[in-house]
Amino acid sequence: MAKLPVQFRLNGSDRAGFVDPAGNLLDLLRRGLGDFAPKYGCGQGTCGVCTVLIDGEPQLSCLTLAISCEGRQIETASGMADGPNLHPLQQAFMDNFAAQCGFCTPGMLTAARALLAKNPNPTRDEVVEAISGNICRCTGYEPIIAAILAAAAGGAGMRRA
Amino acid sequence: MLEMRKDLFADERDDNLNVVGKGVQRQDAPGHVTARTRFFDDHAFDGLLHLKVVRSPHHHARIRAIDVSAAERAPGVKRVLRGADVPVNKNTLLSLINFGKDDEPTLAVDKARYKGEPIVAIIADSEAEALAARKLVRIDYEPLNPVFDVEEALKPGAPVVNETYPGNYFEYHQRFDHQKLRFGDVERAFAQADHVVEHRYQMSPIEHAPTETNGTIAAPEHNDRYVVHSCAQGLFFSLGTTAKIVDLESNRLHFIGGTVGGGFGGKVDSLSEPLAVLGAMLTGRPVRYVLDREEEMLYGSPRGAERIYVKDGVMRDGRIVARYIRSYFDAGAYTRLSSYAAIKCTAHVPGPYSIPNVASDIYVAYTNRCPSTAMRGFGVTAVDFALEVQMDRLAEAVNMDPMEFRILNAYRDGDMKAHRRVAKNTALVECVQVAAEKANWPISEQARRASSLTEGGGERAQIPATPLDQRGQIGRPESRNGPATQTLPAGTTRIALSKQPVFEGARDSRPTPVQVPRYEPSPRQEAPRYDPAVAPPLPAYQPAASPPPAAPPPTAPAQPQHGAVRFSSVFGTRRR
Repeated sequence: MAKLPVQFRLNGSDRAGFVDPAGNLLDLLRRGLGDFAPKYGCGQGTCGVCTVLIDGEPQLSCLTLAISCEGRQIETASGMADGPNLHPLQQAFMDNFAAQCGFCTPGMLTAARALLAKNPNPTRDEVVEAISGNICRCTGYEPIIAAILAAAAGGAGMRRA
Repeated sequence: MLEMRKDLFADERDDNLNVVGKGVQRQDAPGHVTARTRFFDDHAFDGLLHLKVVRSPHHHARIRAIDVSAAERAPGVKRVLRGADVPVNKNTLLSLINFGKDDEPTLAVDKARYKGEPIVAIIADSEAEALAARKLVRIDYEPLNPVFDVEEALKPGAPVVNETYPGNYFEYHQRFDHQKLRFGDVERAFAQADHVVEHRYQMSPIEHAPTETNGTIAAPEHNDRYVVHSCAQGLFFSLGTTAKIVDLESNRLHFIGGTVGGGFGGKVDSLSEPLAVLGAMLTGRPVRYVLDREEEMLYGSPRGAERIYVKDGVMRDGRIVARYIRSYFDAGAYTRLSSYAAIKCTAHVPGPYSIPNVASDIYVAYTNRCPSTAMRGFGVTAVDFALEVQMDRLAEAVNMDPMEFRILNAYRDGDMKAHRRVAKNTALVECVQVAAEKANWPISEQARRASSLTEGGGERAQIPATPLDQRGQIGRPESRNGPATQTLPAGTTRIALSKQPVFEGARDSRPTPVQVPRYEPSPRQEAPRYDPAVAPPLPAYQPAASPPPAAPPPTAPAQPQHGAVRFSSVFGTRRR
C-alpha cells in the first residue's frame, strides 16, 4: 500500500513520517517515531491511555488518523518535564502517590495538563470530569484527583501549561 | 494512615522501624510520571514481525484437519506455526515445582477444549497482514458436546474435557479427586445442633482487565540468546515455563520485565511468551505477540468461578458447633493454577472462627470454559464471601447481632484450628470491636470486653475425636461415603501424607495399594524416607490393636517447616 508523508511538531520538535492512509497516530508515535508515552490499551477509544494533546486539545491517538495531523502541534507526556525539572503536575503525582502500575499515568497527566491550561483553578468535580475518559484499573483515582488539585493550588496551570 | 493499636497488641511491632508505617517514595515513580518507564511493548526493533493466533470458535470440538497453505502464501506472512512446531507442546504451569501432570498444549492439535483456544499462529511483517492471513486458515472441526457446569462435569458419563484428567477432576497426590479436611465429627454435631443452616453460593468468572494487555516481544540477541520483553508478573516463572516449552536452556533466555501495566493475577500464565520466543527462534527476527483488547477480555484467563455449599450447625446461644463445606472450582479446560487455589481454599476453611467440628471437600472440576487462573487471593476471597454471608444468616437464625455473633465465634490465641495448628496472632475480636466503634454500631459490654489474647486455649486447644473410614483414612474416593469405622484418638495427629510411601500408578480405576496409616503423637517426628529397595513389607493394619499414645500437651506446636519440605507437604508427592 502506498504510504503518505506527514509532518508535525511533536513536543516542540519537527517530526515527519510515512504512514498508511488508514494508520493511526498512536502507531506513528510509538512505532514510527519512538515516543512510547502514549500506550495501547484498547484501540477503541475507551481507556484513555493513548491520550495526547493536538493543538492543546486532549485527543485519543488510537482513533486519530495520522495523516490528519499534518502541520499540527502534538504534545505527549514525554515532553512535559523542562529538562531535568519536573512539571508541577508530575511532581504532584509523585508527592501524592498517584501512580501505581504507571500505565495510565502518561494519559492521566496529559488530560490533567489540558484541564489546567484552560482552567487553572478547577473544582474537584471539574477534575473528575476531566479525567473521566481515562481508566485507572489499579483504581487509584483518589490520589490522582488529589494530585491534580494540589498542582492547581500550587499554580501549575499558570506557570506551565 | 496505618494505626498500630498498641493498647490491643503491645508486643506486636517495634516502634523504631525506618520504613514500615512511613510514607516512602516508590522507586519507580519518577519513571512513571516522566513516561520513561518502559513496559514490554515500549521497545523499538528493526524488522519487527507480528504474531497473531487463530482461535477455536467452538467450546469443544475434535480437530479433523488444518489447512494453512493459503495463509502461508498470503502477503507479508513469514511463518505459520502449528502444534507440531512447538518443541514441547504440553505443559502445566506448576510442573516447575513437580505439581500436576502436563495437560495443556501451546497450540491445540487434536481437540479444542474451550472457545478461543489457540490452534495456529501466524507471523507476518505487519499486524494487518497477520490478521488478513488468519482468515485464510481452514480448520475442519467436528463439534463435541461441551460441559459448562462443575457438578455436571463430575457426573458419570459427562463429556471428557481434558483427557489428561478423564474424570474431569484434578487428581491430588495422583489419586484423590478432591482436597479433604476432617476435624471432629460434623454429622454428630449437626444432629445435636439447635439449627442447621445450609446455603449455596455461586461465583462468576472475573476478568482482570489490565489496561496493558498480555504480550511479549522476543528477539535474537548478539550472544546466541533471546531477549524477551515480557509482561509477566512472575518473570522467572515465565522464563522457566518458556524454556521448557521451546526446549531451550534457560540461560539462553534473557527475560526483561517486572514492569507490569496492571496484572492482578492475569499475567502469570505465560500466555504470550512461548510463542513469541518460538517465533523469534524460527524466523531469526524480533517477534511481537500482543493480545488485543477483545482477546484479553474473552480469552485472557479469568478468576475461576466457584460453587460453594456451606452447612452450619449452630446452638441457640450462638456457638457454631459444626461447619461442612463442599466446593467446586471451575478450572476451565486446563489446570493452570486451580489445583493450588483449592489447596488455599482448604487451608482457609472454616474461616477465622473457632468451630469444634469441621469438614470440607474441595474439588477442581474441568469444564469447556476458558482456563482460570490467579487473581487477588484466589481460593480464599470467594469462600470468604460465602462464609461471611453465611455468618450473617446464622446470626439471624439465632437472633443475634452479627457483630457480636462474630466476636463470640472468632479464633482466640491458643485455639486449635481444623488443620491441627494452634491459632496465633489472632485479632478478629479486636477488628470487629474497632469496626463497631467506628461505625457507631452498639455492641454489648460483654462483646466489648472480649479479647483474642486471653480467652483461647485450654479445652479449645484440643483436637477432637475424628471419625475415619474403614481403611483408617479420610481421603479415599471409593470409600468417602462409607460409614465411619474408627475414630482417630483425641490429641493425636496423622503424619503428613508426603512422608508416606508413594505408590506409582495408583488411580481411581485401578487397584489401589493398601497404605497403612501410622499415628504418631504430636509434635510430629520426621518419618524415615521410603526406600523401596530396603523397605520391609507393610504389616497388615490392625485398628486399635494397641492403646493410643498419651496425648501430649496440645499447646506445643509442631516445628515450623520451610522451603522444600513445606512445599512438598502442601503439594504432595514429587512426580519425577
